[in-house]
Amino acid sequence: MEKVIEAVDMTKKFGSFVANDSLTFNVGRGEIFGLLGANGAGKTTAIRIMCGLLRPTSGKITVAGMNVYRQAERIKRRIGYMSQSFSLYEDLTILENIRFYGGIYGLPERVIRRKSQELAEKLDFWRIRNSLIGSLPPGWKQKLSFSIAVMHRPDIVFLDEPTSGVDPDTRRQFWDLIYETAAEGITVFVTTHYMDEAEYCERVCIMADGRIEATGSPADLKELYGAGSIDDVFVKIARPPRG
Amino acid sequence: MKRFAGFVIKEFLHIFRDYRTMVILFGIPVAQILIFGFVITNEIRDVDLAVLDMSRDEETRGITERVEASGYFTIQKRLESPGEIEAVLRSGTARAVIVFGQRFAERLPGEDKAQIQIVADASDPNTATLVTNYLNAIFTSYEMELVKPSPVPHLIETQERMVYNPNMEGVYMFVPGTMAMILMLICAMMTSITIAREKETGTMETLLVSPLRPFQIIAGKITPYIVLSFINAITILLLSYFVFGLPVHGSLVLLLAQCLLYTVMALSLGILISTVSNNQVTAMMISMFTLMIPTILLSGFIYPVENMPPLLQWLSYIMPPRYFIEIIKNIMIKGTGILFVWQQTLVIAAMTVVFVGASVLNFKVRLE
Repeated sequence: MEKVIEAVDMTKKFGSFVANDSLTFNVGRGEIFGLLGANGAGKTTAIRIMCGLLRPTSGKITVAGMNVYRQAERIKRRIGYMSQSFSLYEDLTILENIRFYGGIYGLPERVIRRKSQELAEKLDFWRIRNSLIGSLPPGWKQKLSFSIAVMHRPDIVFLDEPTSGVDPDTRRQFWDLIYETAAEGITVFVTTHYMDEAEYCERVCIMADGRIEATGSPADLKELYGAGSIDDVFVKIARPPRG
Repeated sequence: MKRFAGFVIKEFLHIFRDYRTMVILFGIPVAQILIFGFVITNEIRDVDLAVLDMSRDEETRGITERVEASGYFTIQKRLESPGEIEAVLRSGTARAVIVFGQRFAERLPGEDKAQIQIVADASDPNTATLVTNYLNAIFTSYEMELVKPSPVPHLIETQERMVYNPNMEGVYMFVPGTMAMILMLICAMMTSITIAREKETGTMETLLVSPLRPFQIIAGKITPYIVLSFINAITILLLSYFVFGLPVHGSLVLLLAQCLLYTVMALSLGILISTVSNNQVTAMMISMFTLMIPTILLSGFIYPVENMPPLLQWLSYIMPPRYFIEIIKNIMIKGTGILFVWQQTLVIAAMTVVFVGASVLNFKVRLE
């Protein structure tokens, strides 16, 4: 399978603190790849390095076939990013947010208009297209934020804890959206601390204290650790029985 | 370029949707110029006085009439005995009391000088000084008329001529100062807040991951503020011209160009502040304490720089508004050209470069 992300010994130190300790992993095109771990395990640091927000201390990392040290600006054109806070402007309307983000990715006017209509149909928001984002429920913002992040058809979309703060039902709907996107050939790289969500991923990495502890499909990992769920796997990795 | 235009449009939407921002942008400048125009003034008008006349002759009546006719004073009360002086001042019925000594007219021509005492309420020292100066001037002119027929010529005759501001009007002083303060407030504070807001809500991260370069993000954020500040500068000039009659003697083009330069300097300072603050409250606090208060106190806006202790005078050298006020006063009031203000212009330009440089460095460091 073609690799869209390859990281070899990716390391990031903040002073003496090692946030990412020699991470090695790769992600194939169209894959849904999950980076799992508790808060502070180093997931956000890893995602920020791949998006060009942080410079790695060492390691060989390529994203969409480009080197993160030298081609960060070109990488930015080929990726999408959705942050934990959804990154929508609360005082702008749905359409204005779409137009703005479409604009900064350089989409032509008519493409933005077409995309707005497609999205309106898909997410069923035409009726409230001129409502301010601030007035929408979190589930709505989440779906819209994701749709905007993939509007410019990136090779990879990075989702940093996209499901925090929404109810389980909305989370399921959100994952349907992720599946559709992956089926269109867009690679999805997602971080989460909800272990049950790992089951939705095709492959996962489990991180603890800045290191990768296990990599594989959820089924393989469960078998390897003899666990009933990814949650159990995580418990065995993060808190190994002592003595 | 199209990306940039989209960014600027979005920024304008933020401004127009937030009524608080709109009030700060357009309400405060107008309100401030009007308030300063009507309230802060060195002129006095209709100050309440009381008179204790122990002679009650034609001369004391003549002087009292002259005082009343000047337009600066109203005589509120005529006192009967020195014991009442304290009471009228204490109650605020009068800001000052004129006391004519006994046998005033009688003593006037003689060796034995006629006496007038002014008792002023100095709890407000500025007004007290003004009142005594104005009264003295009235007494002196009355005296001059009296001695005119006398054969003794005056040896020294003082002729006063106030240049650049012949009527000594307060607007000449406060318009440049208010302009310096308002442009600083809007540009520096508003840009630092708007950038801090993107950080606070997490949208800055998304912008940094996008193909927009950091300088495009910054330029996109400040462009609307440059436009609005410029509109503000013009509004202030129009207001001071039409409401207070302050003329622009120098080149209007030069004046507007200087406003633009100062605006850009203030914006770069705002960007620098935003690089060290992660939320809107911090940005506002830093702006308030490092910009607003020094601008008002140390720029020579209200208190002359020459009268400050040496340490504060040194401090005032690093206050950008100080130079701007000098420039504006020169162009507007004295009508001088760039030849007279190139040094101050250079200082502001240099400050801009330093602030932009420091912001870029700071921005990069924080990204690491």
